[in-house]
Amino acid sequence: MRRRDFVSGLAGMPLAAQVPFERVLNAGAEPRNWLTYSGNLLGHRYSPLAQITVENAARLRPVWVYQFPDTSNQVSPLVVDGVMYLTAPQAMMAVDARTGRNLWRWSRPAPKDLQTIGFGRTNRGAAILGDTLYAGTLDGYLVAVDAKSGVERWAVEVADYKVGHCITVAPLAVRDKIVVGISGGEAGVRGFVDAYDARTGKRAWRFWTVPGPGEKGHDTWLNEAWKTGGATTWVTGSYDADLDLVYWGVGNPGPDWNGDVRPGDNLFSCSFIALEAATGKLRWHFQFTPHDTHDWDATHVPVLVDATIRGRARKLVINANRNGFYYVLDRVTGEFLHGNAFAKQTWASGLDDKGRPMALPNTEPTEQGTLVWPSLQGATNWFSPTYSPRTGWLYVPVREMGAIYYKREAVYKPGTFFAGGGEMAQAGDKAWGAVRALEVATGKTMWDFRLHSPTWAGLMSTAGGLVFGGSNESNFFALEARTGKPVWDYQTGGRVTGNPVSFEVDGRQHVAVASDRVLLVFSLA
Amino acid sequence: MTGLLLLAAWTAQPADADANLGRRLFDAQCALCHGIGGAGGRGPVLARAQLKHAPTEEALKTVIEQGLPGTEMPGSWQLSPRETGLVAAYVRGLGKLKEEVVPGDPVRGAKVYAGQGCAGCHAVAGEGSGYGPELTSIGARRSAAYLHEALVRPGAAVPEDFLVVEAVGRATVRGIRVNEDSFTIQLKDPQGFHSFRKSELRSLRKLAGETPMPAYGKLAPAELTDLVAYLVSLKGRP
Repeated sequence: MRRRDFVSGLAGMPLAAQVPFERVLNAGAEPRNWLTYSGNLLGHRYSPLAQITVENAARLRPVWVYQFPDTSNQVSPLVVDGVMYLTAPQAMMAVDARTGRNLWRWSRPAPKDLQTIGFGRTNRGAAILGDTLYAGTLDGYLVAVDAKSGVERWAVEVADYKVGHCITVAPLAVRDKIVVGISGGEAGVRGFVDAYDARTGKRAWRFWTVPGPGEKGHDTWLNEAWKTGGATTWVTGSYDADLDLVYWGVGNPGPDWNGDVRPGDNLFSCSFIALEAATGKLRWHFQFTPHDTHDWDATHVPVLVDATIRGRARKLVINANRNGFYYVLDRVTGEFLHGNAFAKQTWASGLDDKGRPMALPNTEPTEQGTLVWPSLQGATNWFSPTYSPRTGWLYVPVREMGAIYYKREAVYKPGTFFAGGGEMAQAGDKAWGAVRALEVATGKTMWDFRLHSPTWAGLMSTAGGLVFGGSNESNFFALEARTGKPVWDYQTGGRVTGNPVSFEVDGRQHVAVASDRVLLVFSLA
Repeated sequence: MTGLLLLAAWTAQPADADANLGRRLFDAQCALCHGIGGAGGRGPVLARAQLKHAPTEEALKTVIEQGLPGTEMPGSWQLSPRETGLVAAYVRGLGKLKEEVVPGDPVRGAKVYAGQGCAGCHAVAGEGSGYGPELTSIGARRSAAYLHEALVRPGAAVPEDFLVVEAVGRATVRGIRVNEDSFTIQLKDPQGFHSFRKSELRSLRKLAGETPMPAYGKLAPAELTDLVAYLVSLKGRP
């Protein structure tokens, strides 16, 4: 009886989500929805909705609030035809996007001996394909649930949590597969990117981001170091349907700060990799930080744009990297086309003509400590940048912060912290943050909006000419995309820790963001 | 016999190396606040038998690992458990050294505190003004040398997050920053609390290193010593 009332109360809202891959591929054609992690498969985090504008954004007010069971939520919600899909560690939820009321909740108990080594317990979101919702769990499972009911369809173990594997990344639906990465780079795991058959959960392919004997790049590791080489893949990638290539960012080599045990470039750590979607075969790679000793994961959303570089129209993948440099690569071949520092960095004199950093002496971690910019959290981090096709600019959440890096002993013991050091980051007014607009072809800063401290939140641009972002001091705000001028801000009461999304319900544009314990949803008053 | 001697030499070496590593780790990461040899500074003196937050070996390791929430003491997640143990052992060793003797008479120092009008800005156990830093447990957090410096050259010894700000809007307010975000700032001055939106200000100047605290180098040496002794005696609630 109650069930019937519940269904009739949602008159006109189809409970049966049907999201064939064509809808995900053409997400820009249905701006009312948010169908994949970055809004589209190109990694833009751009909403074509234009109801909220520079002129009226000051009228934004909270509409509803969703409370999570835990803190520091980083979820990027999906929205499909009036239903919002959220995740939390070990949980997926469907809520009414109009009211925030719960429709269903799926959860999986966390094992008692579960540990997350080197990061907080979080989950960045789900993928949807057909009528199924997919998310990873901290205990290393990829789970598929019925999007109508939350009933589990399958759960496969991606990797063993007991040695430090975890899944925090939002999976990516690509054609008939679900692509997923892994966390655990501070536990000496060996990284990979996996793809699973969306219907059955059977693994379709695995690409090891630390190549084994006989594989390309294995000679960039010495002795047995590859076995504990890290290179994890904990931020969602992008997809180019014409090239049929999946682009994914790869994390730091292990141990993080003590490189003595792993001489060599340590491929494919700190790289972007381009994988054939059907097979997982490597098409190309580009390593931003060879033999990294500062924990500068390249776990970023690869942003795919087309632009003219030196008079020639090119398909590009662009990246503002944790190491402080901005890169323009050809996404067909991986060729380096341009690079420049976009934030303060003191570790390299620049990039050579192949894009390889020219590292300065005395910038390695030591026992006494070495002061280097950026800090280990990087000049930016996992949180998303945004590309606006209206301005043609990339907007980057920036961290201007140095740190004293220490090198310590690194002894590998399965399931324990295997990092070989750490940092003491600069505190207080010595460090700050920014939202920075970069011209795609040149990396030139078009404007800079200063934030009180180094941020930990992503950005979203909209067709209303806005860029939304967040701060550690609980400000959720909108800037004018052309000028960086602030037009609205709201005190959420908790550190803004998510990537914003936008959707439409009842003909009204909404903006949502995770802020510590809650998800806040705004629209115009 | 020779074999035994050799064995002894072999086992002694790692122990010495461990002790050295414990000291080196302390010097690199802890001495900035706690002073070389745990003599204190911005952070409390560690060269004493009883540590308030670390009565046991395990508690000491936990403090080193996780820091003390609500204080300036950060965690040291970058140390391995073995390294944490070595630093803890080194700090424990400091407790066997002779404890620092603070000269001066705290009772007379309390009178200096009252006579100089310190309570006009500071508060101890609820008595006094809320303008300047609260001092109820200042003796548990700062060494005598540091407190002496703070009295004689206040600008050289301000707390980590202490900042004087001049905000010019409809009026000019010069005060101590209470909090700040990207869009707003909260200040306090002797009159009380002020809240500003930055967009409404004509100027906002951050006066790093400045402090409204006057220098007390003019006090008689004995008075200064007594005042430091009084401040060191302020250990907070037991």
